Amino acid sequence: MKLLPEFLKGIIKQNPIFVLALGLCPVLAVSTSVKNALGMGAAATFVLVGSNCIVSLIKKAVPDKIRIPCFIIVIATFVTIAELVMKAYSPALNRALGIYVSLIVVNCVVLGRAEAFASHRTLPASLVDALGMGVGFTLGLALISAVRELLGSGQLLGYTILPGFQPALMMALPPGALLVIGGMLGFFNLLKGRRE
Amino acid sequence: MNAGHFLAIFISSIFVSNVILSRFLGLCSFIAISKETRPALAMSSAVFFVIVMSSAITWVVYNYLLIPFDLAYLRTISFILVIASCVQLVEMVVRKFMPALYRMFGIYLPLITVNCAVLGVAVLNTDMFFSKGKPLPGSFIFSIFQGVCVGIGYTLAMLLMSAIRERLEYSRVPEAVREFPIAFVTASLMSLSFMGFNGFRF
Repeated sequence: MKLLPEFLKGIIKQNPIFVLALGLCPVLAVSTSVKNALGMGAAATFVLVGSNCIVSLIKKAVPDKIRIPCFIIVIATFVTIAELVMKAYSPALNRALGIYVSLIVVNCVVLGRAEAFASHRTLPASLVDALGMGVGFTLGLALISAVRELLGSGQLLGYTILPGFQPALMMALPPGALLVIGGMLGFFNLLKGRRE
Repeated sequence: MNAGHFLAIFISSIFVSNVILSRFLGLCSFIAISKETRPALAMSSAVFFVIVMSSAITWVVYNYLLIPFDLAYLRTISFILVIASCVQLVEMVVRKFMPALYRMFGIYLPLITVNCAVLGVAVLNTDMFFSKGKPLPGSFIFSIFQGVCVGIGYTLAMLLMSAIRERLEYSRVPEAVREFPIAFVTASLMSLSFMGFNGFRF
């Protein structure tokens, strides 16, 4: 079985944010700065990898009827681990992300991958799929937050990029997030339309 | 506990930090089910119901189970379980006693388990109304009241959005931004107008 395509599909062809439009709540809420976005992306990737692996291991033992609650418990366990680790080693990041770390539990990307992929695939394939999706999710998150941070404060990762630029505060606030994601989805649609 | 607290929670959860437009909770359902007013109303009433119920139950679970046994780190797991069973219970009760309502909720009811607005409110309640593992005075009432207000805020945003999108159907939107992109841009403008309530201070 070829594992590389499974990895790459999550980054571009089936990018969870721009193509599947899944898990947008945390994307919009934490994309105020690239630093927060990378932290969130790392946490989500960890949860994705962990839950996909476990789900693919227990897929035979779980009765079909109660599989969703079982998957949710698995996911919640990994979210709790991520939360505790973040609280212990990076309290500032934990404060910045706030309740959105616990909300990875209800992130449709994670449950979606468990249900659509890991529940009937082998362990290596599920692992690679989760890695690809996680990287795709993180990249999408980083892209949105880069646009927002650049336009909202003229900075990138805390360094001033555009000196003399009058920042548009709106981009750092909730409306900016919705505007950026709307614009980007439209832009990707345009590209797709051109190619076809 | 006085009227001012209630007013502050009321204004802030409905307008200033509206669940959808400023906290981005329940955004998936907001974008997916706001094309027409009727399903939007059905979804919001189901969400309203579950949010209020789960705010009450999660408070009890947190205060009487998790805190006494020093298990606060199990908050995420236990809350999601409470919400999932709460949704299941609501589904059974509604199907038995209110078949008409059940038909109106349709598939939206089971979907609420993964609606982040519900878990979000539960987590927010414990963050706001508990301090150092102790409930603040009146926190039970506040939790339920905040659940009610968040439900109203959700319904308000959902109704406004679906009304706007029904009109959008008749306008000529460029091919590339049809459906989702234009919905997000619309939501952005709505969010901007809700930010106008930011100046309120109590």
